[in-house]
Parts: sequence; structure tokens; C-alpha cells
Amino acid sequence: MSISLRNVRKDYDQQTKVLEKVSAEVQTGEFFVIVGPSGCGKSTLLRMIAGLTPITDGEVRINDRVVNELPPKARKLTMVFQNYALYPFLSVWDNVAFGLKARKLSQSDVQNRVNNALKMVNLTDFKNRKPRELSGGQRQRVALARAVASDADICLMDEPLSNLDAQLRIRMRQEIYNLQRKLGLTLIYVTHDQVEAMTMADHIMVLNDQHVQQIGTPAEIYQHPANEFVAQFFGTPQINILPAKRSAENSHLLTVGSNDMQVALNEEVPADQLRIGVRPDELTISRADSVDSNAVVKNTEFLGNETIVYATLNSGDNVRAVLPGQVNFRGYEPIKVQVGSHLLFFNNDGERIGLTKEEAVHA
Amino acid sequence: MLKSPATHSSTAPVTSDKAKSKAERSESGFWLNAKDKYYAWIFLGPSLLILGVFIFYPMFRTLYLSLFLTNTVGKPTVFVGLSNYINLLTSADYLSSLGVTMVYVLAVTVITIALGLILANYASKQLAGIGIFRTLFSATMGVSVSVAAIFWLFIFNPSTGFLALVSNWLHLPQINWLTDPGWAMLAVIITTVWMNLGFTFLILLGAMQSVPTTLYEAASIEGATPRYQLFHITIPMISPTLFFVSIITLIEGFKSFGLIDLMTKGGPTNATNMLVYRIYKDAFYSGNYAQASAESLILTVIIAIFTLIQFKVLEKRVNY
Repeated sequence: MSISLRNVRKDYDQQTKVLEKVSAEVQTGEFFVIVGPSGCGKSTLLRMIAGLTPITDGEVRINDRVVNELPPKARKLTMVFQNYALYPFLSVWDNVAFGLKARKLSQSDVQNRVNNALKMVNLTDFKNRKPRELSGGQRQRVALARAVASDADICLMDEPLSNLDAQLRIRMRQEIYNLQRKLGLTLIYVTHDQVEAMTMADHIMVLNDQHVQQIGTPAEIYQHPANEFVAQFFGTPQINILPAKRSAENSHLLTVGSNDMQVALNEEVPADQLRIGVRPDELTISRADSVDSNAVVKNTEFLGNETIVYATLNSGDNVRAVLPGQVNFRGYEPIKVQVGSHLLFFNNDGERIGLTKEEAVHA
Repeated sequence: MLKSPATHSSTAPVTSDKAKSKAERSESGFWLNAKDKYYAWIFLGPSLLILGVFIFYPMFRTLYLSLFLTNTVGKPTVFVGLSNYINLLTSADYLSSLGVTMVYVLAVTVITIALGLILANYASKQLAGIGIFRTLFSATMGVSVSVAAIFWLFIFNPSTGFLALVSNWLHLPQINWLTDPGWAMLAVIITTVWMNLGFTFLILLGAMQSVPTTLYEAASIEGATPRYQLFHITIPMISPTLFFVSIITLIEGFKSFGLIDLMTKGGPTNATNMLVYRIYKDAFYSGNYAQASAESLILTVIIAIFTLIQFKVLEKRVNY
């Protein structure tokens, strides 16, 4: 069951733009994650695929058939909601059986499917409980069991883990992933959490400002972000974005900040004025006397296996660096910050240099 | 309309709360302090006085009178024990009143709730101009009983009424709505349902709108039809409200007086002679205060039994 979006657009009242020119191909059995900050339209996109929200323009195809006008139930899919949408007056078993009974399946069929689904999410012992007697994680699993029991090949999930605590989120992440692989589901998963996107997705669609910013595998998105937004959205701590320029004397020489750092590149610097992106773990920091230094330490955060150093360059730009192990700095201790060779270049509009926007989107 | 049922439905929890807090206080020695006791009576005094004069005294006086024969000004004369009750419960006339009241109450309750549910279900949809319909459907809340009675008297009028005009136009036989014993009950039921509908509709609509929309969305994705959703999501989700509305409508039905007085005066041939109207006539037309007192107490017991049955039957099916 493949899904394809072609220039999908959504307006409200013909003025408020929610989404524009959204195109994507989701292959059968793929784990496809739509990620973006709140208000970027990601849930709206999912609801348009489900048939709960009408599509203003463009096409949604399921298995090469345009489904724009089909009601939700005719699209043969299932959806897991953020608040789980469980029926409070029904037991766990009846909640899972609800859709099957509504579709008037035979009694034995309902029995089998519900029991299998509950077994698959380890809820057999809880089948007679009401939703209010369950913990958050268990409720989440009831919602998953409902999706499993419906036997649809396409499953849509709208921020299913956002109501759970951090520990449980990690566990449910794995459960959802395993379930998807086991059942071969084509799964479209909406989240605002970049970690969920990175850890589960086959492909990620990054949405922001009503537009698709980039579609790619987690590695592509992380290593070759299409623009500053994508670069900043993925990775913790956030990537450092610093102003830079090509040296007047040597076109291979990159000057970062106001002469704080200089990097010799193997190739020509792609623009006179540009911005560079450098991941915090690509920065090196060494102690320096005040003559040699180009920055001062503002703050450090010790995380056990690594230390995050917050520093201010002489130019006034703030940088974040991740150093392995425990590193101690005094406040305002002068240091020398150096960038590694793995740099990303952006023009002043935030676009990655070397890639056109179209190429970036279809990467 | 709301006032008396509200006191009805809140009586049980309030007394149990009171009993509980009293028990807690006596354990902590609150009542041992004489000064506190003094204050307690001062604070309780006004409400005890009001309740005593307007509720408890009439209640016990009614019980007292029902065990006597009374003269024309309501003074007890001869103690007769339960014979007032025995006379009533063996009189064919009273039993027919009882039967008429049952038919009326059950019909009004069932029809009001069914119609209220249908209207609320339509009005809960997000459609253009739905606000106008919501206002119209709930408009009868603002209509007083007397206005409603006069309004429907016009409609039922056999020569100039709207229904007469319609049946004339369709060449149907003329119905004497309020003077034909076969039709008067229906006329009264229609009027009462119309009166009750606004309130019932509004309460049910409020309940329906508090049902999370994702429940319906999940159901529609799983293939449930709107009809299936109504019976398997909406009605279970609003069952506490349905329960509330059904008890109120039932109790209001038993207490019906104004409409009967204004529309049929219990007639024709006692076809709409409901219990409360009967009490009124026995007491203030015939001056038979003793018998009216006994009837009042029987009515109280009937309402209590019905409410109890409703609680017992519905509490199993209602999810709170």
C-alpha cells in the first residue's frame, strides 16, 4: 500500500494558508515520519490523508488511486490519536473490538482478531479493564491494539507518544517500531520530536512554514540538511551557525566570525559572504592564554559521558561544543575554539550552498 | 422548572455528606464545646425556621390530616386511621386517575427524550446557520405554562384552530381535541412534550458537545456509520445526562398541574384528571382535605418508587 502526495495544498477560508506544495512518495512497508515544530501543519497533513480534513488542492493517492473524495472508512487505513480516542465506557477488549463490530465482522473473526491484537501488545491480562483503570502506556497500547486488529495496511499516528513520560516514550518507541516491522505496516507518523523521527524513520519529511523543507533518510537529513532550519531542528545540542567570509587574499581560506578562526579548505570557499554550520561535536576547544584565545567560557553542563561547553567568541557569537568526558573550566576562562573540517555552508537566506531548493526537497 | 428537581436530586448526597461531617466532628470533640454549640444553632436557626415552617410542618400536617376526617375548613374531626387510604385505593375513580397519570407521565418522558435526542443530534453538527436552529429548538424554555396553554388552545380550537384548518384543507374528519375523551390525553401530552423539549434539548446538546471529537473520528475511520456512532458512542457518552433528564421529566410529569387546569380541567369525563389536579379539586372544590392529604402522600410514595427504580435500573447502564 503506497501513498503518494502531489502538490497538496490546504487553506482555511481561502486565505489562511496551512500547507502548500506538499509532495511525497511513501513506499509500501515504509516507516515515514512527518516532523516539524507546532503549527507547521503536520497534523493537518495527516488528517487529509485520513480523510478527516478536506483537501483544498492537489492529490492524495493510495495505491495509485486518487482518494481525495473518499470518506475515511473507504481508505482502508487506521489511525492512532494523540489522546488515544478510547471509549471510556467500554472495556479494553470492547475498545479493540469496536471498529470490527461496526463493520459487522463475524463473531469468531472479531474474537480472533481482538485476542491476537491484545496478545501482540501484551494486554491480554487487562482485557476486562476500563481505560481509566490503565496507565498512560497501557492506554497507548490499547490504541495500538486497535490499529493492529483493524488489519489495515496503512497506519497513521498523530503524536502518539507525546502524552507519555520520557522513559516510557523510549520503550513505546521501540514497541511501535517492532510492531511496524513485524506487520509490514505502511506507517505515517507525525511528531514534533526530532529524536523520534531520527530513531524510527525510514524517511523523514521536515515541515516548516507551510512548506516541505526536506525529505530524506535520517542520515541524509542530519548530514546534508537542505537549509539552516533543518540543520538546527535535528541534533542536540543545536548546530552552531556562524557568519563567515572568504578571505580576500586566498579564496581557499575561510574566516569565521570577526577573524576569530581561519580554516583552510581543500576547495574554494563557495561565496564571499556566507554562514557556516558546525555540529557541537565538531568543535575543538583548548585552553589558551588571553593573547592566543578567541573565546571565553560562559557555562558548562556535565552530562556524565560528555560535557557541553557554552562559550562566546570574541566576535560576540555564542557557540556550543560537546567534549567527551568531564572537562572543567573556570567561568570566563579564555579558550581557543577551532572548527573541524566537516562544515555546512549556507547563504544569507539560510539555503544550503551547492544544492538548489528543488534538489534538496527531492534528495 | 429546574428548581424542584434540583432539590430532589441533591437531597440524597447532601444528607449523607452532612451525616459524615457530623460524625467526623463528634470524633474530634467539636460538639463538646458549649459556646460552639450556641453558634451552631445561631447559624442553623434561619434555615431550620424556613424549612420547618414551609416544608416540615406542612409535611407532617398532611400526614396527620390524612388519618382523620376533616370539616369544610380543614379542621380534623374524627380519627379514622388508614381508611382514607383504603377508600382511595379501592375507588375505581381514583384508580382510573392513577392509570391516566401513568400513561401521561410515561408517554411524556419517552417522547420528550426521544425527540430531544434527535434534535440535539442534528443540532450538534457543525453546519452553517446551526445557531439559529439551536435557539429555536431551545426557545420553549422561555415560555411560561400559561402562555403555552393558551397558544396550544388556539391550535387545538375545533373551529378556528390551526389543526382544524389543516384537517379541513385535507378533507379529514374534524377532531375535537380537547372535548373528545379519546383525544384530550394526546393533546395534553403534545403540549407537555412541546413545553419540556426546549430544556431537554439544551441539556442533551450540551452533553453531546462535550464528547471528544476524536472518538467520532476514530470511529469513522474504523468504518462506523453515523447511526452506529449515535447508538454506540453518543448515547453511552451522554448516559449520565440522559439519566438526569429522564428523572426530571418524570417527576415534572407527575407534578403537572398548570397545563391541565388551563386546557382541560381534568376533563372530558376525567380523561385527563391527573393525580395533582385531583388533589387540588378534592381539597379546594370539594373541601375534602383529609382525602386530598392522603392522595398527596400516595403521590409522594409513587414518585419516590419511580425515582428509585430509575436509579436501580439505570445505574447499571450509566457510566459516570
